Amino acid sequence: MKELTVKAVVENIPRVTAFLEEALEQVDCPMKAIMQIGLAVDELFGNIANYAYPDGAGSATVRLEIDEAAREASLTFIDEGVPYDPLAKEDPDVTLSAEERQIGGLGIFLVKKTMDGMRYERSNGKNFLTITKKY
Amino acid sequence: MNITKNLNGTSLEIALEGRLDTVTAPELEDVVKRELDGVNALVMDFSKLDYISSAGLRVLLSAHKIMAGKGGEMKVTNVNEIVREVFEVTGFEDILTIE
Repeated sequence: MKELTVKAVVENIPRVTAFLEEALEQVDCPMKAIMQIGLAVDELFGNIANYAYPDGAGSATVRLEIDEAAREASLTFIDEGVPYDPLAKEDPDVTLSAEERQIGGLGIFLVKKTMDGMRYERSNGKNFLTITKKY
Repeated sequence: MNITKNLNGTSLEIALEGRLDTVTAPELEDVVKRELDGVNALVMDFSKLDYISSAGLRVLLSAHKIMAGKGGEMKVTNVNEIVREVFEVTGFEDILTIE
Protein backbone atom coordinates (compact mmCIF):
# COMPACT_ATOMS: atom_id res chain seq x y z
CA MET A 1 0.00 0.00 0.00
CA LYS A 2 1.23 3.47 -0.85
CA GLU A 3 -0.15 6.75 0.40
CA LEU A 4 0.35 10.40 -0.32
CA THR A 5 -1.16 13.26 1.68
CA VAL A 6 -1.08 16.73 0.20
CA LYS A 7 -2.90 20.03 0.51
CA ALA A 8 -6.18 19.77 -1.40
CA VAL A 9 -5.49 22.32 -4.13
CA VAL A 10 -5.70 21.79 -7.90
CA GLU A 11 -2.02 22.70 -8.23
CA ASN A 12 -1.24 19.38 -6.54
CA ILE A 13 -3.01 17.24 -9.17
CA PRO A 14 0.19 16.71 -11.21
CA ARG A 15 2.02 15.63 -8.05
CA VAL A 16 -0.66 13.06 -7.18
CA THR A 17 -0.74 11.79 -10.76
CA ALA A 18 3.05 11.43 -10.90
CA PHE A 19 3.05 9.53 -7.60
CA LEU A 20 0.47 7.05 -8.89
CA GLU A 21 2.03 6.69 -12.34
CA GLU A 22 5.36 5.73 -10.87
CA ALA A 23 3.78 3.00 -8.73
CA LEU A 24 1.64 1.69 -11.60
CA GLU A 25 4.57 1.58 -14.01
CA GLN A 26 6.44 -0.60 -11.55
CA VAL A 27 3.77 -3.30 -11.86
CA ASP A 28 3.65 -3.01 -15.66
CA CYS A 29 0.23 -1.45 -15.78
CA PRO A 30 -0.48 -0.62 -19.46
CA MET A 31 -0.25 3.03 -20.50
CA LYS A 32 -3.94 3.21 -21.43
CA ALA A 33 -5.02 2.25 -17.91
CA ILE A 34 -2.47 4.66 -16.41
CA MET A 35 -3.90 7.49 -18.51
CA GLN A 36 -7.48 6.58 -17.56
CA ILE A 37 -6.51 6.58 -13.91
CA GLY A 38 -4.85 9.98 -14.45
CA LEU A 39 -8.14 11.24 -15.87
CA ALA A 40 -10.02 9.88 -12.82
CA VAL A 41 -7.54 11.61 -10.50
CA ASP A 42 -8.13 14.89 -12.30
CA GLU A 43 -11.88 14.58 -11.77
CA LEU A 44 -11.89 13.26 -8.20
CA PHE A 45 -8.97 15.14 -6.67
CA GLY A 46 -10.18 18.20 -8.59
CA ASN A 47 -13.60 17.87 -6.92
CA ILE A 48 -12.02 17.65 -3.48
CA ALA A 49 -9.82 20.67 -4.20
CA ASN A 50 -12.75 22.72 -5.50
CA TYR A 51 -15.56 21.73 -3.14
CA ALA A 52 -14.51 19.78 -0.04
CA TYR A 53 -13.25 22.70 2.01
CA PRO A 54 -15.37 25.82 1.44
CA ASP A 55 -13.59 27.63 4.31
CA GLY A 56 -10.11 27.12 2.95
CA ALA A 57 -7.87 24.31 1.88
CA GLY A 58 -7.59 21.18 3.95
CA SER A 59 -5.69 18.11 2.97
CA ALA A 60 -6.45 15.01 0.97
CA THR A 61 -4.91 11.55 1.07
CA VAL A 62 -4.59 9.27 -1.92
CA ARG A 63 -4.08 5.60 -1.09
CA LEU A 64 -3.07 3.07 -3.71
CA GLU A 65 -3.40 -0.68 -3.29
CA ILE A 66 -2.42 -3.03 -6.07
CA ASP A 67 -3.44 -6.66 -6.30
CA GLU A 68 -0.79 -7.93 -8.67
CA ALA A 69 -2.28 -11.42 -8.93
CA ALA A 70 -5.69 -10.08 -9.91
CA ARG A 71 -4.10 -7.21 -11.87
CA GLU A 72 -6.31 -4.68 -10.18
CA ALA A 73 -5.47 -1.24 -8.84
CA SER A 74 -7.57 0.25 -6.09
CA LEU A 75 -7.38 3.93 -5.36
CA THR A 76 -8.96 5.65 -2.37
CA PHE A 77 -9.37 9.40 -1.97
CA ILE A 78 -9.78 10.51 1.64
CA ASP A 79 -10.72 14.00 2.80
CA GLU A 80 -12.18 15.61 5.91
CA GLY A 81 -14.35 18.03 4.01
CA VAL A 82 -18.10 18.36 3.64
CA PRO A 83 -19.90 15.04 3.15
CA TYR A 84 -20.15 14.35 -0.55
CA ASP A 85 -21.34 11.14 -2.15
CA PRO A 86 -20.74 11.37 -5.90
CA LEU A 87 -22.62 8.10 -6.42
CA ALA A 88 -25.81 9.70 -5.13
CA LYS A 89 -25.83 12.07 -8.08
CA GLU A 90 -28.00 11.33 -11.05
CA ASP A 91 -26.13 10.67 -14.29
CA PRO A 92 -26.12 13.61 -16.71
CA ASP A 93 -28.16 13.52 -19.91
CA VAL A 94 -25.50 12.95 -22.58
CA THR A 95 -27.94 13.26 -25.47
CA LEU A 96 -28.55 17.01 -25.11
CA SER A 97 -27.45 19.45 -27.80
CA ALA A 98 -24.52 21.84 -27.39
CA GLU A 99 -26.88 24.66 -26.34
CA GLU A 100 -28.51 22.61 -23.60
CA ARG A 101 -25.34 21.00 -22.28
CA GLN A 102 -24.20 21.29 -18.70
CA ILE A 103 -20.71 20.13 -17.83
CA GLY A 104 -21.49 19.67 -14.14
CA GLY A 105 -21.69 15.99 -13.28
CA LEU A 106 -19.88 14.88 -16.41
CA GLY A 107 -16.61 14.25 -14.59
CA ILE A 108 -18.03 11.72 -12.11
CA PHE A 109 -19.94 10.07 -14.94
CA LEU A 110 -16.72 9.71 -16.95
CA VAL A 111 -14.97 8.10 -13.98
CA LYS A 112 -17.87 5.67 -13.53
CA LYS A 113 -17.68 4.68 -17.17
CA THR A 114 -13.91 4.25 -17.42
CA MET A 115 -13.23 2.55 -14.07
CA ASP A 116 -14.42 -0.93 -13.09
CA GLY A 117 -15.80 -0.03 -9.71
CA MET A 118 -16.59 2.92 -7.48
CA ARG A 119 -17.72 3.07 -3.86
CA TYR A 120 -18.25 5.76 -1.27
CA GLU A 121 -18.19 5.73 2.49
CA ARG A 122 -18.48 8.45 5.10
CA SER A 123 -16.91 7.54 8.40
CA ASN A 124 -15.26 9.38 11.30
CA GLY A 125 -15.98 12.69 9.62
CA LYS A 126 -14.16 11.69 6.45
CA ASN A 127 -15.13 10.95 2.87
CA PHE A 128 -13.67 7.76 1.43
CA LEU A 129 -14.10 7.39 -2.30
CA THR A 130 -12.60 4.26 -3.82
CA ILE A 131 -12.23 3.43 -7.48
CA THR A 132 -10.93 0.15 -8.88
CA LYS A 133 -9.39 -0.51 -12.25
CA LYS A 134 -8.36 -3.82 -13.74
CA TYR A 135 -5.26 -3.60 -15.87
CA MET B 1 0.47 20.84 -21.77
CA ASN B 2 1.91 22.61 -24.80
CA ILE B 3 -0.27 24.66 -27.11
CA THR B 4 0.97 25.37 -30.63
CA LYS B 5 -1.02 27.81 -32.74
CA ASN B 6 -0.87 28.24 -36.47
CA LEU B 7 -2.95 31.03 -37.98
CA ASN B 8 -3.36 30.98 -41.74
CA GLY B 9 -5.66 33.75 -42.93
CA THR B 10 -8.95 33.02 -41.19
CA SER B 11 -8.01 29.43 -40.32
CA LEU B 12 -6.54 28.65 -36.93
CA GLU B 13 -5.01 25.34 -36.02
CA ILE B 14 -4.37 24.62 -32.36
CA ALA B 15 -2.22 21.59 -31.60
CA LEU B 16 -2.26 20.29 -28.04
CA GLU B 17 0.41 18.18 -26.45
CA GLY B 18 0.05 16.52 -23.04
CA ARG B 19 -3.08 16.53 -20.92
CA LEU B 20 -6.12 18.73 -21.17
CA ASP B 21 -7.28 18.70 -17.55
CA THR B 22 -8.21 20.88 -14.57
CA VAL B 23 -4.75 22.43 -14.40
CA THR B 24 -4.21 23.05 -18.12
CA ALA B 25 -7.75 23.76 -19.41
CA PRO B 26 -7.57 27.45 -18.36
CA GLU B 27 -4.61 27.91 -20.76
CA LEU B 28 -6.71 26.72 -23.68
CA GLU B 29 -9.66 28.74 -22.44
CA ASP B 30 -7.51 31.89 -22.68
CA VAL B 31 -6.73 31.14 -26.32
CA VAL B 32 -10.38 30.39 -27.10
CA LYS B 33 -11.56 33.61 -25.43
CA ARG B 34 -8.97 35.91 -26.95
CA GLU B 35 -7.90 34.58 -30.29
CA LEU B 36 -11.00 33.50 -32.22
CA ASP B 37 -11.90 36.97 -33.52
CA GLY B 38 -11.73 36.82 -37.29
CA VAL B 39 -11.30 33.05 -37.31
CA ASN B 40 -13.91 31.11 -39.27
CA ALA B 41 -12.26 27.68 -39.36
CA LEU B 42 -10.80 26.18 -36.21
CA VAL B 43 -8.94 22.87 -36.11
CA MET B 44 -7.92 21.30 -32.84
CA ASP B 45 -5.17 18.77 -33.49
CA PHE B 46 -5.13 16.15 -30.73
CA SER B 47 -2.43 13.90 -32.17
CA LYS B 48 -0.18 14.51 -29.17
CA LEU B 49 -2.90 14.77 -26.55
CA ASP B 50 -2.83 12.04 -23.88
CA TYR B 51 -6.30 12.60 -22.45
CA ILE B 52 -9.07 15.07 -21.84
CA SER B 53 -11.06 15.44 -18.63
CA SER B 54 -14.38 17.21 -18.05
CA ALA B 55 -12.52 20.51 -17.53
CA GLY B 56 -11.24 20.15 -21.11
CA LEU B 57 -14.69 19.23 -22.42
CA ARG B 58 -16.01 22.47 -20.96
CA VAL B 59 -13.51 24.50 -23.02
CA LEU B 60 -14.22 22.51 -26.19
CA LEU B 61 -17.92 23.16 -25.74
CA SER B 62 -17.41 26.89 -25.37
CA ALA B 63 -15.13 26.95 -28.44
CA HIS B 64 -17.80 25.03 -30.36
CA LYS B 65 -20.45 27.55 -29.32
CA ILE B 66 -18.30 30.54 -30.27
CA MET B 67 -17.61 29.09 -33.72
CA ALA B 68 -21.20 27.94 -34.30
CA GLY B 69 -22.46 31.35 -33.14
CA LYS B 70 -20.68 33.10 -36.00
CA GLY B 71 -21.34 30.46 -38.63
CA GLY B 72 -17.78 29.14 -38.54
CA GLU B 73 -16.49 25.60 -38.41
CA MET B 74 -14.63 23.67 -35.77
CA LYS B 75 -13.03 20.28 -36.17
CA VAL B 76 -11.17 18.01 -33.77
CA THR B 77 -8.61 15.77 -35.44
CA ASN B 78 -6.35 12.81 -34.63
CA VAL B 79 -7.94 11.72 -31.37
CA ASN B 80 -6.46 8.72 -29.59
CA GLU B 81 -8.41 5.80 -28.11
CA ILE B 82 -8.80 7.34 -24.66
CA VAL B 83 -10.03 10.68 -25.99
CA ARG B 84 -12.40 8.91 -28.39
CA GLU B 85 -13.89 6.93 -25.53
CA VAL B 86 -14.42 10.15 -23.54
CA PHE B 87 -16.22 11.71 -26.52
CA GLU B 88 -18.39 8.59 -26.96
CA VAL B 89 -19.36 8.18 -23.33
CA THR B 90 -20.24 11.86 -22.89
CA GLY B 91 -22.11 12.21 -26.17
CA PHE B 92 -19.60 14.80 -27.37
CA GLU B 93 -19.15 12.77 -30.54
CA ASP B 94 -22.64 13.96 -31.53
CA ILE B 95 -21.83 17.61 -30.81
CA LEU B 96 -18.33 17.96 -32.24
CA THR B 97 -17.02 17.27 -35.71
CA ILE B 98 -14.34 14.66 -35.15
CA GLU B 99 -12.05 13.51 -37.94
